[in-house]
Formats: sequence, structure tokens, C-alpha cells
Amino acid sequence: MIILLVLPVLMILMFGFAISTEIKNARFAVYDPSHDLATQKITDKIRSSEYFTLETYISDPAEIETVFQKGEISLLVVYSDNFYKNIVQTGEAQMLLIADGTDPNTATTLVNYASRLVAAYQMEQMGAIGLPPYQIDVEVKLLYNPTLKGAYTTVPGVMGLILMLICAMMTSVSIAKEKELGTMEVILVSPMPPLLIILSKVIPYFTISIVNYLTILVLGVYVLGVPVVGSFMLLSMLSLLFIFVSLALGLLISSIVNSQIAALLGSVMGLMLPAVLLSGLMFPIENMPLLLQAFAQIVPAKWFIEAVKNVMIMGLGVESILPELAVLGAMAIVLITVSLKKFKTRLD
Amino acid sequence: MKVIEAHNLTKRFGNFTAVDAISFEVEKGEIFGFLGANGAGKTTAMRMLCGLSKPTSGMGKVAGYDIQKDPEKIKENIGYMSQKFALYEDLKVWENLRLFGGIYDVPAKEINPRIDALLHTLGFEAEKDTMVKALPLGWKQKLAFSTAIFHEPKIVFLDEPTGGVDPAARRQFWELIYDAADRGITVFVTTHYMDEAEYCDRVSIMVDGRIDALDSPTNLKEKYHVHSMDEVFFQLARGAKAKE
Repeated sequence: MIILLVLPVLMILMFGFAISTEIKNARFAVYDPSHDLATQKITDKIRSSEYFTLETYISDPAEIETVFQKGEISLLVVYSDNFYKNIVQTGEAQMLLIADGTDPNTATTLVNYASRLVAAYQMEQMGAIGLPPYQIDVEVKLLYNPTLKGAYTTVPGVMGLILMLICAMMTSVSIAKEKELGTMEVILVSPMPPLLIILSKVIPYFTISIVNYLTILVLGVYVLGVPVVGSFMLLSMLSLLFIFVSLALGLLISSIVNSQIAALLGSVMGLMLPAVLLSGLMFPIENMPLLLQAFAQIVPAKWFIEAVKNVMIMGLGVESILPELAVLGAMAIVLITVSLKKFKTRLD
Repeated sequence: MKVIEAHNLTKRFGNFTAVDAISFEVEKGEIFGFLGANGAGKTTAMRMLCGLSKPTSGMGKVAGYDIQKDPEKIKENIGYMSQKFALYEDLKVWENLRLFGGIYDVPAKEINPRIDALLHTLGFEAEKDTMVKALPLGWKQKLAFSTAIFHEPKIVFLDEPTGGVDPAARRQFWELIYDAADRGITVFVTTHYMDEAEYCDRVSIMVDGRIDALDSPTNLKEKYHVHSMDEVFFQLARGAKAKE
């Protein structure tokens, strides 16, 4: 009953707030070797817009890669040397906008916003100061995904979704089916140890999910052209961890429900929907209201997809995904413990 | 030798008392009928004896083991046939038998010969490779029973084993039960079909969680001066006193 009343509320909130294609307060950084009037003004213009907040200045070109890897910013504004002098003397100056291409939609949007702000600055200057017409060349560079392939976000996302689907949903439905048909009752009366019962229900989907994981990777690399830049071992360990979390979730759901339909509904509403909407797969989490952002933190898929992007697309090492590993590891331990305890070996 | 003992076995769910201090004993090789109307508490009582449910109070012993302290030992020594004839529908006939044979530790070498012998006895040889879901209800019932006693347990618990099956099939089924009892397997069967009570050595009749009658069908019919167990039950349900 509660589900019928509460679910629509949750859905409207999730869909309403999560699906926002507008981006606000995107964090950006600036590399400014010139530090002159013009660069200051452009930087100010960008930071004062509602779309951007200035996160940091970088002083060393070497930092350009790392600042993205740390996940601190979505856009980097790079000015050429002697920016203002160039404008005055040659009528031309160069800028570079670097964005994180692993999320092509956000990247293009941010670059567009920034370009427009630079153009607006140009218009203002020509009117006010009365300088002769000049040109600011804005070049765009997209890291990790130069051709802006959508598949780059899709493959990690689909991987997370499929693993959760197979492990959580199928496991919970399978156990619920035995409860419904009455075979669970017969098995419980038998001398078969409960742990063995659980393992026997979990192992088939564990195996299938491994096959799926490899299939998705192969298809992603050879058909969609998404590279596995980082370590395959690390990616596999990460996926294994996520599989354990999903299996435990499936077990947990199965111990709460008594019918296959309920298991299905529970998995879809409670796991799939948040995984699709709040994992950052389709919509950036940073743009959601704080309540949903907080909620997103407990969605395992969110941590998994984030880490997969880091390893698979950005090619980063284990240090970059330590928080994700820690969270997923903790989730696995807690969920496995709780679900094992809740597995009812008696029919009361 | 007593294979089942119950002393004041009670099960309460909150304020509702499903099983109210029942006490009885079952001898080895008996066919013991556990009768009562739907909702009288039969299934709950049986579940406690099988280790599937924890008693609220009271004591019970099955195959010599305490139901509160050694439920695992009890499970090794009993067979169980659920109301839903629970078999794995996606498995073939012989695969179901093999599965439960393995679960109950029937020696690997014996499983196949036993399967063949059993199928021969039942006349199922032709259906050996048939998926269970394709079997008619009466056949599923016989298969479920055979699976329950495949490991030759000391006692077999049957929960409403003849539900939804026509009378002819029911009588055939009871032939199987007689065979099992002849082999020394004690049969504990719950049913709400009073005519089946006639097939049992002794019966108990549960009304509202209590055992209101416990004796052989012949004695009970004499006690209440009636000709069928149906009428015995009718008398009990109306709360009539026994006419001595």
C-alpha cells in the first residue's frame, strides 16, 4: 500500500530533478601565463556566470592532465602568453578550452557556454574601449574522448546496469520462484546446509555475469571502439567487487519478498531505477539538488561506473579509485552479512 | 518403539495460538493420520516436527532427536512431501530423483539402480526423461512421494498429499503409502479428507489447535456410534460428547 502512495512521489522527484540537461556551477580551472587585464576580465566573466565556479589556478603546464584526473574540474581555460599584448599588437590572441570528454554531453555544453562568454567579452570590448576589431581564437580540446563518442559513457554505464540486472534481479527472482513454487520448503527440510543453498542459487548468475562482463568489454572494444586504456586486471577486480555487491542485494531482496513479481518490482524500482537515474550514467550528479545527490551516494552503481570510467577510459591506476573501492568494499561486507543473516531457514 | 513424540507442543503467532499444547506418540511402522479441518493447525504442527518452525513451548522428539536441539539430525532421517508436490518442473523425472538422492546422501553408486527400480515399480519407465512440468497431476503426486522416500528415511511426513487429485488416483496413491509402511517407513500424513482416515492405523483429529480425538478409526467410530470418520469429525466439530 505504501508503495502505491510513496512511489509516485519518489518518481516525480527523481525524474523532475535528476533529468536536468542544464549545467550549473561547473568547476573550472585556469592556466594563465599572461596574468593581464584581458585574461583577468575573461576569467571574471566566466566565473561570475551561473554556469561556472572557479576551482583553482594552475601554474604548471604539467598539471593540466592531473587536474582532470583528480576529478576536480570539468573545464580548463588556457590562455596563451602575452595575451593582451597580442591583442593590441597583432589583433589576435589564442585561447584553449580543455574539457573532460568522458562525458561528451557535458563537455560540449560546457565548451559552448565558455565560448559564448568569451564572445560576449569580445563584443563588450569592441563597443567600450573602441579598439580596432580583433579576434580571440578559441580552440577546443577534449581529453580522453577526442571524437566525442557517446559510447565512452555508455559502455561503463551499460556494464554497471547489466551486472546489477543479472546479479541482483535474477538472483532475487530465482529464489523467490522457489519460495512461490514450494521447492524452497522442501530444500529447507532437507539436510542441505543453508549456506550451500544460498551458494547454489548465486553461482549460476555469478558465472553468467562474468561471461556478460567479458562480452560487453569485447563488444565495446572491437565493435564500439571504446578502448580499455587502463589495467584489465584492475577493471576485472573492480567488476568482481561490484558483482558481489549486486549478488548480496539480490539475496537481500529475496529474503524480503515472497513472490517472483515482488522480487521483480523490488529490483526494478529499488535498484534499477536509481542506478539509471542517479548513478551519473545519464545525468550528471553535480547538477541535482543536494537531497538527490546524497541519495546518489548510496547507489552502488554510481561508485562502480565512476571507477570504471577512471580505469577504462582515463587509464588511471588503483590510487585514483581508492574511495570507490573502499565504498564498494564496505557495501559488499555489510550487504553480504545482512543478507546471510536475513535468509530465513525457517518457515514462520 | 516411538519414532515421534510430542508433549504439550505449542505454537503461538502473537495473540493467535495455532497449535495448543498437543501431545501424542507415533510407533515405528505406523500409518498415522493427522486430521483436521483447514486452518486447524495441522501444517503448523507438522512444520515444528520437521524442524521448519520453532515451537513456542513444549517438547518434541522425532527419530529420537529433540526438535529444538537437533533439528539438523532430524532432517537427515526424515522425508517430506509438501502440499504443492514441490518438484523441480524444469528437471526431468530421473533428474529430480537424482537431485534429492544426492541431497540426502544416498551413495552415488546406488542412485541410478534405485532410480531404475523405482521407475519400474511405478510404471514410469517411459517417462524417465520427461520434464516434470509435462506430467499429469496424479503422476506428479506419485513422483513427489517417491522422491520423498527415495533415501529410505525412518519417517516420511506427507502434507495434504492428495489435494486436488481424483478419488481413483488417491486410492492408488495410498497403495504406495502401504508399500512404504510395509518396508518399515513410518508415515505421518495430514489430510482434510476424512475418508482417507480409514486407511490409517491411528488418527488424531485437530480442532482449533487442540487434539480432540486420538485413536484408531475403528475405535473412534465405535465411540461416537457412527459409521464413517466423516461423521466422527462432524460430531467433534459440533462439540458433541462421546457416548460411552
